[in-house]
Amino acid sequence: MTIREIKDLIGAEVLCCEQNLDRDAYSACGCDLMSDVLAYVKDQAVLLTGLVNPQVVRTAEMMDMICIVFVRSKTPTREMLDLAEESGIVVMKCDKRLYEACGLLYSNGLVGNKVKD
Amino acid sequence: MSEPLIFHFDINGDDFSTAGQASVQIKNNLRQLGLSPEIIRRVSIAMYEGEINMVIHANGGTADVKVYEDCIEIILADNGPGIKDIDMAMKEGYSTASDSTRSLGFGAGMGLPNMKRYTDDMRIDSTVGVGTTVTMKINIA
Repeated sequence: MTIREIKDLIGAEVLCCEQNLDRDAYSACGCDLMSDVLAYVKDQAVLLTGLVNPQVVRTAEMMDMICIVFVRSKTPTREMLDLAEESGIVVMKCDKRLYEACGLLYSNGLVGNKVKD
Repeated sequence: MSEPLIFHFDINGDDFSTAGQASVQIKNNLRQLGLSPEIIRRVSIAMYEGEINMVIHANGGTADVKVYEDCIEIILADNGPGIKDIDMAMKEGYSTASDSTRSLGFGAGMGLPNMKRYTDDMRIDSTVGVGTTVTMKINIA
């Protein structure tokens, strides 16, 4: 699934790195606890979260993720977008809750833990 | 063994928002050295968790990353309060972090266990009231 398809499925607004919308994502995770993302996530390309601080972007960067979606209409700061731009990470926001956004993506084929074939 | 390549960082303990800068930098440095993405990820995650710990608990410290031919050594040193009970600190879910730290997405008691998980060897030397040094090793070959 491309990031563009993810954006359309959950009705998200792109906040930075729009040029990378056609990159492919094979799996995603939804989490507000960055320690757990660092502990359990493996090869998930997309992070959906309701937590807003620069460490969300750094965590995504450490995990080689390509896209962050802020749910519940949370809006990242300019500083966070600058950090994401440095790494080419697409940042989006949507008005859905975490559960609903994850459910929509999962039911359309974006699974929780799948390594690229 | 030939001389290692050494990267040194001072970790600023005053500002949580800047925590992780050294880990981002080391990730870029290791990429330039042509190491495998899996090794780079393990080093940067272990160091990132350590950096966060130093900012949360110890008001900063220093990080030294030594790149040898067959392994990478990460040495994180601080002059913080020290760890009273290292066995407890190593248990997943055990944390002494404040509520404000938890509200930032950390302090869930996963930091030290994560550092151990992503490295091949980890040693903690800590004295209460003096500080803590964590030495981690990741094998390359």
